[in-house]
Amino acid sequence: MSRFRVAVQVVPRRGLLDPQGKAVADALHTLGFGGVAAVHVGRHLVLDVDAKDEATARQQTREMCERLLANPVTEDFEIATVEAS
Amino acid sequence: MKFGVVTFPGSNGDYDAYQAACEALGEESVFLWHKDHDLQGSDVVILPGGFSYGDYLRAGAIARFSPIMQEVVQHAQRGGPVLAICNGFQIACEAGLLPGALLRNASLKFVCAPIGIRVETTDTLFTSRYQRGQRILLPIAHGDGRYSADNQTLERLEGEGRVVFRYAPSDLEAEEAYNPNGSMHDIAGIVSEGGNVLGMMPHPERAVDPLLGPADGLPLFESILQRVAV
Repeated sequence: MSRFRVAVQVVPRRGLLDPQGKAVADALHTLGFGGVAAVHVGRHLVLDVDAKDEATARQQTREMCERLLANPVTEDFEIATVEAS
Repeated sequence: MKFGVVTFPGSNGDYDAYQAACEALGEESVFLWHKDHDLQGSDVVILPGGFSYGDYLRAGAIARFSPIMQEVVQHAQRGGPVLAICNGFQIACEAGLLPGALLRNASLKFVCAPIGIRVETTDTLFTSRYQRGQRILLPIAHGDGRYSADNQTLERLEGEGRVVFRYAPSDLEAEEAYNPNGSMHDIAGIVSEGGNVLGMMPHPERAVDPLLGPADGLPLFESILQRVAV
């Protein structure tokens, strides 16, 4: 068994209205960052997972995302990094 | 008839629901603790409003794993009536009792106000005492009430007559903007495929006594009593 630090990103599904992202984009435009085409605000989760190898840690995290960490109706997730810790 | 009102940590509509069933309707009502595994013989389960588990992760996402929810889901699968109000609606969606999800209000603001609602169908356990197309006034109080689902789900809901309540301008509001949260198809409430689970963002249990304002929520409870009378 090894411990892995897994980082997951959950973002609103593209195409769905994301008022929070739009509000942040508008604020950035007000600050003069006119080059910001869009902002999406989501969640970044960091998990310490004990598993026999990296592939297993990744697979388990994927299942956690599908069953709890992301809402399959409205959100997409991405496992950003899996690092031995 | 016996109503069972689930109390989750963070529920705040449980007493209102209890009072509506006991005082306004005159039926037996019990509180069901989230850690229990017993519906205490309830004929109708109410998932009340509030902020269960602090809305951590997503509204309703954690409450769905409360011990009592296993029994609530079984009750629903047997065809037992479930009235899921506000946070209860969010929990019912997370638990898979209803399709879709409730997202942050498009305005990003928490909205607490009486809102015009149109009764779209009276052919449910919950709405037989209304008139089809009737405008009613019910309070809403939520920050995450924007009903969202994919197009296929929306078409199914519409096609099967499962959109029960829709936001609509009431006589009192006339031309004002009426969709308070940006819900798709102005949806305020839907029923499950079997028709026995109603999820709605407005609060019928807070509109049952004329002394406190419009009592347009009372017919909903009377409908349940009429259809589920035990």
